[in-house]
Amino acid sequence: MGVPMIIFLGLIGAGVVLCILRMLGGPSPADRMVGVDTFSTVTVALLVLLGFVMGRKIYLDVSLVYALLTFIGTVAVARYLERGI
Amino acid sequence: MNEIVGMAVTGFGVAFLFLGSLGVFRLPDVYNRLQAGTKCTTLGAFCTTIGVGIMEPEWFWKTLIIALFILATNPISAHALGRASRKTGVPLCDRSVLDKSKEFEEYRKGR
Repeated sequence: MGVPMIIFLGLIGAGVVLCILRMLGGPSPADRMVGVDTFSTVTVALLVLLGFVMGRKIYLDVSLVYALLTFIGTVAVARYLERGI
Repeated sequence: MNEIVGMAVTGFGVAFLFLGSLGVFRLPDVYNRLQAGTKCTTLGAFCTTIGVGIMEPEWFWKTLIIALFILATNPISAHALGRASRKTGVPLCDRSVLDKSKEFEEYRKGR
């Protein structure tokens, strides 16, 4: 693990922290949901990069399943915000 | 050679991921945040996963599947969120100058 990989992981970590701040402080529910959506996409990339750093292929499967589940969750919450259950 | 090209593509994607998150944190209203948070992070996640696939050639097909999945599903969830916030009446920010959707609603109501 060289210096560029440490910089990449630090930048992605900073992005995750910014998304969590938006999730905690968004004025409306849609703002919080935008934070969750961005957070999930950044986390998928972070999982793939962590799998490369640690040398384990199982992280790719984890990131694929995570992307699928957060996509379904975001669409479900958007439908709920639009017209209720 | 593979290492250098893959590292460059991954760095490009990581920079876009960070800028998208910064936009989500700093922009003034829901629609601007959605615009920053969906376009930048789609390109960033795509380039990051493809770059990892270039650096490790045995993983290439799996990372390509992940990248195509992100490319297909991220705009759908962003569109659903934008439509939901528009229908529930989340206001635009003070400095916005044009609201075509509101004009269209008034046109449909008046006809």
